[in-house]
Amino acid sequence: MADSIPQSRSRDLDKLLLRPGNLVGPTFEAGSQLRDDIKECVRVLVIGAGGLGCELLKDLAFSGFRNLEVIDMDRIEVTNLNRQFLFRLGDVGKPKAEVAAKRVMERVSDVDIKSHFCRIEDKPISFYNDFHIIVLGLDSIEARSYINSVACSFLEYDSDDNPQEESIKPMVDGGTEGFKGHARIIMPGVTPCFECTIWLFPPQVKFPLCTLAETPRTAAHCIEYAHLIKWDEAQSGKTFDPDDPEHMQWVYSEAVKRAELFGIPGVTYSLTQGVVKNIIPAIASTNAIISAACALETLKVVSGCSKTLTNYLTYNGVEGLHTKVTEFVRDKDCLVCGPGVLIELEASVTLKKFIDLLEDHPKLLLTRVSVTYRGKNLYMQAPPVLEEMTRSNLDLPLFELMGKTPRDIVHVTGAAGKGDKKQSCSRKLRVIFKGMVGVTDMDMAGGA
Amino acid sequence: MIKLFKVKEKQREQAENANGKPPVKKQSPGELRLHKDISELNLPKTCSISFPNGKDDLMNFEVTIRPDEGYYMGGTFTFSFSISPIYPHEAPKVKCKTKVYHPNIDLEGNVCLNILREDWKPVLNINTIIYGLYHLFTEPNHEDPLNHDAAAVLRDNPKMFESNVRRAMHGGYVGQTFFTRCM
Repeated sequence: MADSIPQSRSRDLDKLLLRPGNLVGPTFEAGSQLRDDIKECVRVLVIGAGGLGCELLKDLAFSGFRNLEVIDMDRIEVTNLNRQFLFRLGDVGKPKAEVAAKRVMERVSDVDIKSHFCRIEDKPISFYNDFHIIVLGLDSIEARSYINSVACSFLEYDSDDNPQEESIKPMVDGGTEGFKGHARIIMPGVTPCFECTIWLFPPQVKFPLCTLAETPRTAAHCIEYAHLIKWDEAQSGKTFDPDDPEHMQWVYSEAVKRAELFGIPGVTYSLTQGVVKNIIPAIASTNAIISAACALETLKVVSGCSKTLTNYLTYNGVEGLHTKVTEFVRDKDCLVCGPGVLIELEASVTLKKFIDLLEDHPKLLLTRVSVTYRGKNLYMQAPPVLEEMTRSNLDLPLFELMGKTPRDIVHVTGAAGKGDKKQSCSRKLRVIFKGMVGVTDMDMAGGA
Repeated sequence: MIKLFKVKEKQREQAENANGKPPVKKQSPGELRLHKDISELNLPKTCSISFPNGKDDLMNFEVTIRPDEGYYMGGTFTFSFSISPIYPHEAPKVKCKTKVYHPNIDLEGNVCLNILREDWKPVLNINTIIYGLYHLFTEPNHEDPLNHDAAAVLRDNPKMFESNVRRAMHGGYVGQTFFTRCM
C-alpha cells in the first residue's frame, strides 16, 4: 500500500505512519490519512522557547506537525546564543517566542507557528484547552505546576471514576540540568500528574542566613549575602529584580567586596547570575537529546504509531551515558488529577448541611471540615479569626455560594477516619446539584 | 493516543460554539495545601494570626507573637508571611516587621531560623514555623547570629543583654540604633 502513496518529504516519518507495525497503539490506522490529519488537525502548544523550546519547535516541525504555537515571556540574551540555535546576535533583546517561530517557519516550509510573548498565567484557561497536546520546555517547578493544574482542570470523570478519554489533555514534559535530563508523559487521569510526584524534586539548596551573615566560606555565600541581606539594608524598599542588569551588577560588586573581606576567591558576574537566578549551566546536547525524546513521544501519543514510554525517562550523561525509564504511579488522592469523591446534592442544601453530610459519607467520614471553592474560603473551622469571618456562610445554600454552578470541584480539609485513627487530610469533591442539569452536564451522561 | 476523528469533530463543535465558559480563578496546589495548614492551626495564647487581605487571600498573612516569658516578655512582634504557589515545596518567606534587638533577627527583619531555609521540609507546616518563631524569643541563640552585636552581648554579658532588650522594647537607642516601642 505504501508504494502507491506519493512519498512526502519526511521519508522516515512515513515509515512510521504509513505502515502497520507490531508495537502500534490499539486504534492506530496506518495510511496517508493519518499523516494528513496530523498535519491539518492536530494543534500542539510548546511552552518555553529557550534551550529546550528551540529544539522542540524544530523537532516537532520536522515530525510532521504543522499547527504549532509557542509561548514564552523572555527576551533573548547574549548568553543564550551558544545553545538556543534559532537566535542570532542581532536578535538579542527580542522576544524568544517570536524569533523562534519566525526562524523555524523560514526553514521548514508549510509549518505555521503562532507565537505568544507573555506569561503562561496571562492566557485564559480556555486558551490551553484549544490544543490537543502540550509540550513543556520549562525550567521551573512553579511553571510546570501551573500548566499541570490547568491541563488537569479539563479532565472529567464519569460516575464510575473513570477518566473520560476526550477530556484528557496529554502533556509531554522535558527538563534538563547540565548533563542530566528527563522526558515524561503525563496523561491526566491515566498516568501520574506533575503534582502526584512533586515530592521527587530535591529541595533547593538554601544557605542558613546566619552563615551568610557571619561565616561565609564560599563565593556563593558572598553572593547570597549581597543578594539577600545587603540589598535590603542598602536599597531599602526597592524590590530586587533579577532581570535588571543594574541590580545584578550591584549585587556582583557587593559580593566582590564581601569576598575580598573574607579572602574568598571565585566571585564572578556569571556566577552571581547563576546563584541569584538558580541557574545551572545548560548543555546544548542534553537539550537536543531530551527534546528529541519529547518530540518522538508527542508523535506517538498523537498517532498511536508506537507504544509511548511509561512514563518517565531519565537521562544522565555525566559519566558515560545512562538512561532509564521508570513507571511512576498515580497518587489516588491527588488533589489535582484525582477523581475526587462524587457528591450529589439538592440545590437547597446549606453549607452547614453539606458539612454534616461529609461526616457521614462512607468514603470521607470527615470531621472538623473547612471548605474552599475556586479560591474562596466558604468556611474555615480555624483559626478563630477566619471562623468568624466565614460563619455566616453556614446558613446559605451551597449552590448559591458556588455562584449557581450546576457542578464543580470543591476542596475540603478536615480529619478523616474514626476514633483514634483520625488523620488530617485534604479532599477533592465533585459536587453535582440534582435537577440543575445544564449543557455542561451532557458530557457526563455521554461518557457514563 | 488521541482519537483523531474526535479531534476533528471537536474542532467543528468549538467553531460553532465560540463563546466558552468565562475564565475562572485557578487555585494552585500550594493554596490548597496552605488551606489545610491554616484550617488546622493550633496556636498558643501568645500567638495570633491575621489576614490583611481578607479571608480569601491565605497566601499573605501576619503572625503576632507576645512572649509571656524570657527576655522579650511583654513585647509584641509581628511577622509577615508570604507563601509561594509551590508551597510546601518551597518554604514560606517570613520577615519580622517589628524592629527588634535580637541575635537571630537583623534590623531589616531577616530571620535566622533553620526551618525557614536549610532545614525546611514539606512535612513541616505553618504551625511548626510559628512555634519556631516563638522559640526564638524564649531562647535567643548567640551561636547563629544575624545581629552580630546583640549576639556578642548575649554571649558575654547576659545582664546587659537583658537591659538592652528592655530599652529597645520601651523605645530607645541601643548603641547607634533606634528602636520603636513595641510593648
